[in-house]
Amino acid sequence: MSVENGIGAPVRRKEDQRFITGNGHYLDDMNKVGQAYGYFLRSPHAFAKIKGIDLNAAKAAPGVVDIFTGQDMVADGIGGLICGWGITSKDGTPHKAPPHNSLAVDAVRHVGDQVAFVVAETLQQAKDAAELIEVDYEPLTPVTNIAKALAPGAPQIHEEAPGNLCFDWELGDKAATDTAFAKAAHVTKLDLVNNRLSPNPMEPRAALGDYDAGTGELTLYTTSQNPHVARLIMSAFLAIAPENKLRVVAPDVGGGFGSKIFVYAEETTTIWAAKKVNRPVKWTSDRSEAFLTDAHGRDHVTHAELATDADGKILGFKVSTKANMGAYLSTFASAVPTYLYGTLLSGQYKIPSIYCEVQAGFTNTTAVDAYRGAGRPEATYVVERIMDTAARDLNMDPTEFRLKNFIPSDAYPYETPVIMTYDAGDYATAMNMAKDMIDYSGFTARKAKSEANGKLRGIGSAAYIEACGIAPSAAVGSLGAGVGLWESAEVRFNPTGSVTVFTGSHSHGQGHETTFAQIISDKLGVDINSVEVVHGDTDKVPFGMGTYGSRSLAVGGSAIVKAVDKIVEKSKKIAAHLMEASVEDIEHEHGVFSVAGTDKKLTMGEIAFAAYVPHNYPADLEPGMAENAFYDPLNFTFPAGTHIAEVEIDPATGVVEIVDWAAADDFGNIINPMIVEGQVHGGVAQGIGQALLEGVQYDEESGQLLTGSYMDYCMPRADNLPSFRIATTNTPCPSNPLGVKGCGEAGAIAAPAALMNAIVNAIGRDIDMPATPEKVWRAINTH
Amino acid sequence: MYSFDYERPSGVNEAASALGEDDKFLAGGQTLLPTLKLRLSQVDKLVDLGAIGELKGIAKSGSELTIGAMTTHVTVANSGDVKSAIPALGSLAAHIGDAQVRNRGTIGGSIANNDPAADYPAALVALGATVHTNKRSISAEDFFVDLFETALEDDELVTKVSFPIPEKAGYAKFPNPASRFALVGVFVAKTASGVRVAVTGAGPSVFRQSDMEAALGSNFAADAVSGIKTDASGLNSDIHASADYRSHLISVMAARAVTAAG
Repeated sequence: MSVENGIGAPVRRKEDQRFITGNGHYLDDMNKVGQAYGYFLRSPHAFAKIKGIDLNAAKAAPGVVDIFTGQDMVADGIGGLICGWGITSKDGTPHKAPPHNSLAVDAVRHVGDQVAFVVAETLQQAKDAAELIEVDYEPLTPVTNIAKALAPGAPQIHEEAPGNLCFDWELGDKAATDTAFAKAAHVTKLDLVNNRLSPNPMEPRAALGDYDAGTGELTLYTTSQNPHVARLIMSAFLAIAPENKLRVVAPDVGGGFGSKIFVYAEETTTIWAAKKVNRPVKWTSDRSEAFLTDAHGRDHVTHAELATDADGKILGFKVSTKANMGAYLSTFASAVPTYLYGTLLSGQYKIPSIYCEVQAGFTNTTAVDAYRGAGRPEATYVVERIMDTAARDLNMDPTEFRLKNFIPSDAYPYETPVIMTYDAGDYATAMNMAKDMIDYSGFTARKAKSEANGKLRGIGSAAYIEACGIAPSAAVGSLGAGVGLWESAEVRFNPTGSVTVFTGSHSHGQGHETTFAQIISDKLGVDINSVEVVHGDTDKVPFGMGTYGSRSLAVGGSAIVKAVDKIVEKSKKIAAHLMEASVEDIEHEHGVFSVAGTDKKLTMGEIAFAAYVPHNYPADLEPGMAENAFYDPLNFTFPAGTHIAEVEIDPATGVVEIVDWAAADDFGNIINPMIVEGQVHGGVAQGIGQALLEGVQYDEESGQLLTGSYMDYCMPRADNLPSFRIATTNTPCPSNPLGVKGCGEAGAIAAPAALMNAIVNAIGRDIDMPATPEKVWRAINTH
Repeated sequence: MYSFDYERPSGVNEAASALGEDDKFLAGGQTLLPTLKLRLSQVDKLVDLGAIGELKGIAKSGSELTIGAMTTHVTVANSGDVKSAIPALGSLAAHIGDAQVRNRGTIGGSIANNDPAADYPAALVALGATVHTNKRSISAEDFFVDLFETALEDDELVTKVSFPIPEKAGYAKFPNPASRFALVGVFVAKTASGVRVAVTGAGPSVFRQSDMEAALGSNFAADAVSGIKTDASGLNSDIHASADYRSHLISVMAARAVTAAG
């Protein structure tokens, strides 16, 4: 028996009606009586000492309520922003975490750094007043490039981090890897740059702080992917307010891609200032501020070497990466180029030995942190680019080289040399499926046809793997995480049979209101329109770790299943009592409880009603029908698959046209295939953006951001993209009750390597992302 | 945005006399409004030209096509008169910016701003157009002076642009991938008085490529220009394209413009 709109049904998203009719509730739609407006004065310098700030003229400006500086926050006992993941360097020392005040105290370290917060009756008045603030800067020489920042003689950005080094970390067995390389028949070497990206969610960040002087409670409405974590950090480390007096609400949020995980200076300053002025204060980022301050992604410089034997079997892999952390360490920045990166360097391959070292450093740039994929796109890019390069060196077809080195499907659980235990997978099936979808064997004929038209043609694949469903608390705790990464859920029946589900995960576009309703509908036989999903409010949801790392379904969904199991267990007892049978004889399927071997049955709705109107009720059972559960996963999940890109290049201009795309992904079981397809489309589009179009650029001399608007920062648009061929394979995840793996990041992880491999295949030489027309044209014309 | 006064006159003379020292005319506002919003520019007053009926419209008479200054790009793109007289001009207008820009942006506003990467300047110069103002008539070549600089005086406003109808014409643009402005745009026109080739996007302001004009004068074919180089010194160089690449693109786009002209 299957349920309409249950697991596996391509149900249209319930939330889209309100989004596309303008009835969503985004932060800037919210206003409070008596609200004032906040505006940040930001540093025009990439690096400067602050010798003095004169607020007199600004404070006298019309409409000004108050103006705050970093000194004011320090004097009020407000702590600095933190990084929640401790990394230990090779020499045993902890990573360097220099102070990060919400408002600069004695220096500014990137263009856009917060200097003062003006609160006024109107936004215009706040901006006018900000222009009257006189800051006495002593400009210093900045450094924006990570390789230069870590070189001797570079400007020193923080006293606490000599040589700008945050940490020098390693993973894997160096000696064993060196031994493997000594035996190699061939060593392939590759230098790669993983370009810095700006996250660009459709809705910019915003905050509305509200203080209740009567109760002493502070409420922060904000664009957060994880409101409870924001509350925890603001309470425990910044001392904004005790947790019981601080409520964080993240209503409808228009995209995040990771950038709204973090606890930023603006949101913390806004809520603090609301209490100081005893009025609601609203701050909304404009797009220029978003480019300057939303945590960026990627920015790695990597040297990699792959050792192979005479038969084309991989013997060892060495990776050395320099990672740019930006001017300050963001909330989870340290984890991204380490445990979310080095641990995935085995890819889908049986590699006997791997050694990885990562030096992370500070520069006079916006902080870098997790962005869709977070570490795993960087790892996949290194692994999959060098797989193609090695295949070329060995004169093998790149897909054959991969197939030869895949971890066989009977080898699970498979322990990699970089501390991951892959639980299930079938890599060859996905690769062969992708090859069939794109007619891989017909490529030679298509290439000849393109060449006859004066065009170059290339094909490239990427067989990616990612660790999602973040994460087992014990595992991440042992690796330095400051938090556990379980998830919570409450399933609450109302007396009339409708259901409210409270989840600690947060939807900012992913479609949880539909997917989670489908789970309830499937398990308990409730119409999906009678299921309401509540998230994003610390006063409503028990606790939650939020949404990132493709974790919402694997971890948040599993917590819901656990709560559903408790509902079923209790319902069986009620059903047994009502139908005068023993609990052992009650059978349950999709919300129907029946007595084995009879035609007696009760529906979930009837039982829920009995639980709330317990006139005839088991004496030893509590009334009511609401259960909550906390779920801590047993392992990461490991989505994997193969994407193949085919491109045609105009050698006269260097313009790359993506002519075909095949994606065969293994996401385990799928709840809503339409939402999954949408996630793959969006992820691939973002990955194509990275490979072809996007890239944050700073002027190296002045440290000014050169890509500060959409006139200069190039986002992917519909006409940059082909129609995607999408298919899924399914090896259910053995470590969670739904058998799901997560699909939110796969496209962004697979796409850059697949596309760059196709371009390199077409032009016959390596180039770095983004493959802009000029770069491609130069590569074609440099001999 | 700083606060400013706003006026919406209904006639050209009224508009000209309404303009004070620190005031600006508002046409489509596709450049002016964003710069005001970002506080990159400040005015005492905006004189909105949107209510002046005589500044709008397209007319074809004999050998000339005339487009009112306040005619939007979408109107030009969809005009049957433009399509029949100078199809390349209609196609150019159809590829300016995006749909929102084309719905609001105007030919007069675009040329008065003289953005080095705007499309229209190439068409005006190649077609030998005349810019009419409330004071005089100016040849397109004299109108576009330098980066964001035109021959317009402070209280002078463009009323219309007249284009001699060419024998044939073509425009090829290599769009900046981010902004979709012209990284390089080349407009080629074959007229009774000879072939003219105008380049936008590549330099500080639109310019004519005389070597290509000479070559096309004797052989109006793509092959005639694809090998002609443009000196890269003096061309724009930025994060999107070096001067060398722009120089190369001029040859490629010129050849494609000739092909498009048919």
